[in-house]
Amino acid sequence: MAQLTYRDAVAAGMAQEMRRDKNVVFLGEDVAAAGGVFKTTVGLLDEFGPNRVRDTPISEQAILGAAMGAAMTGLRPIAEIMFSDFFAVCWDIVVNEIAKARYMTDGQVTMPLVIKSGNGGGARFGAQHSQSVENWAMAVPGLKIVAPAFPADVKGLMASAVRSDDPVLFFEQKSLYATKGEVPDGEHVVPLGQANVVRQGSDVTIVALALMVPRALKAADILKEQHGIDATVIDLRSLVPLDTQTILREVAKTGRLVTVEENPRLCGWGAEISSIVAEELFWDLDGPIVRITTPHVPLAAANNLEDEQIPNADRIVAGVRQLVD
Amino acid sequence: MTPVAAARSPQSSINPETRLKLYRTMQECRMLEKRAYDLFMQNLIKGTSHLALGQEAIAAGFGNAMQPGDYTFCTYRGHNHTLVRGVTMTQILGELMGNSSGLMRGKGGSMHLTSVKHNMLGSYAIIGAHLTIANGAAWSAQYRGTDQVAVCFFGDGTTNIGAFHEALNFAVIWKLPIVFVCENNLYMEYTSIHDVTAVEHPAADRASAYGLEPVLIDGNDVDVVYRTALRALDLARKGGGPSLIEAETYRHGGHSRADPGKYRPDEEVKEWLAKDPLPRYRNRLLQMGIGESELQRIDDETKAAVDQATETAKNAPPPPLELANKDVWADGGSAWRN
Repeated sequence: MAQLTYRDAVAAGMAQEMRRDKNVVFLGEDVAAAGGVFKTTVGLLDEFGPNRVRDTPISEQAILGAAMGAAMTGLRPIAEIMFSDFFAVCWDIVVNEIAKARYMTDGQVTMPLVIKSGNGGGARFGAQHSQSVENWAMAVPGLKIVAPAFPADVKGLMASAVRSDDPVLFFEQKSLYATKGEVPDGEHVVPLGQANVVRQGSDVTIVALALMVPRALKAADILKEQHGIDATVIDLRSLVPLDTQTILREVAKTGRLVTVEENPRLCGWGAEISSIVAEELFWDLDGPIVRITTPHVPLAAANNLEDEQIPNADRIVAGVRQLVD
Repeated sequence: MTPVAAARSPQSSINPETRLKLYRTMQECRMLEKRAYDLFMQNLIKGTSHLALGQEAIAAGFGNAMQPGDYTFCTYRGHNHTLVRGVTMTQILGELMGNSSGLMRGKGGSMHLTSVKHNMLGSYAIIGAHLTIANGAAWSAQYRGTDQVAVCFFGDGTTNIGAFHEALNFAVIWKLPIVFVCENNLYMEYTSIHDVTAVEHPAADRASAYGLEPVLIDGNDVDVVYRTALRALDLARKGGGPSLIEAETYRHGGHSRADPGKYRPDEEVKEWLAKDPLPRYRNRLLQMGIGESELQRIDDETKAAVDQATETAKNAPPPPLELANKDVWADGGSAWRN
């Protein structure tokens, strides 16, 4: 085991896969010589050379189109969209082309590609560089979606994403880049579509993703210490495929569900999970399902305003107490 | 601007065998597309369709110049480009009719004809996107060290969307083995391209912005197209990078099934019908001494093939219902949860 930062785990996962498969190539803006604006790809150019690690112009459509065409013809590209907000300028390639090619061609086309992207708020970047856009992708059939919370999962899910024969959107939470954690040495692979129970409790099940996972864990500590409430915390890790079996199993044990989402309120992934639990586990519930989200507003840049918007431990504690007390 | 490629293309003779092949390919495109029109009128084809009647010389010229390993990317006006790569008429008509004989068994439809085994990597229905995707196939060929070339066909309307410019710049800086072919049929949908474009020649006049030679050709002369294609493919194959070719042509009908094309002046239509690539080439071959009977035989064989394909496609059953939810994922399924 080594202590790695979340950002270094990105490069570690990519390097692991690039060493085992020469068809894995990487392209994006400022990713090669500069090592990425978030320094998530430092060292890849040196190790794998300019044919496999390539800087591009600021042309998001050209980047994703190139990744798609390469994936259709035998390569396993990783493309970077620097900020996930920029998906808005190349969403056509993602939604109309990458996601649908296999279906429309009656299975002729395989699309083994990964799009990695800096996602989410907390860095005071303002409304166009802070969004959590994983829900955009979740609304489109044909895309797999992961959003790790811990360095070990960053490396392991990157490995699975690269090995997947389906397109995977890999969301890196920008505020987590500096966090550290234990990462297994040697080959490390975490399967897509498996949630992780990161804290086992008995009173309430909190389901969270990415930056919301450490905040949910902090809230669980406060709930236990100050209010005697024992919470289970599930780190979803993948939105598609969605590990509903783990969610249903854990909610059945506690009888209470709270979802914590960084995205704005409407049609967030928590709504889908709430709907599934309400349909399939209604008679096991001891109370209403509570969704904690960023309000349905753009994100502000100022410290106190952004902190007011994105769910934190105190809001999670309050949401749980509203349900359990 | 002078028609550079036409002026510079070698005057060396194209051998008679190739010329007959070019004629046959154009005739196959023409007769198949006319049949597609008839089947629409009989309500046997639903949805929409975008016919390329009048534009056959471009598909035939390139199709015969390309190697089997080369990649085709084209637009929703792509029946001809699919046929010339070796996909059967039955598969094309079947896909238009949405039945089990179709190339994708009805899952794609007229606008998305794709045949991976023919390296026909797709017909794309959102303007601009496929130029960037074709770059990816060219990049892959370059990376894998093959001599494959990607050929990407698009309409004049595409030259005003951002992806066109992103793709051209990208192809040039990476020196990709790719040929971009603008089929300028003078109209985007209902609007004349000249009314909405800052330059006279929508593709050729933009070439210099990307350090490319402007290439403007008569897209209704299949010999010119064929020679131009050979030259651009050869350049790309030898590592010389991308080409951008503007081939001027004219669609004989409207934009799509819903469009009778009434916005076009009668004089203009008359002028372009006189430049119809098929009779024009037929006459050239006759003047070169190729016998009428030989051309007639090609016409007859082609008509018989279209008739046969029509019958086979018409009689095929609908696609199995299980296809509706298949092949979202590589495992063949569509599950998003466990």
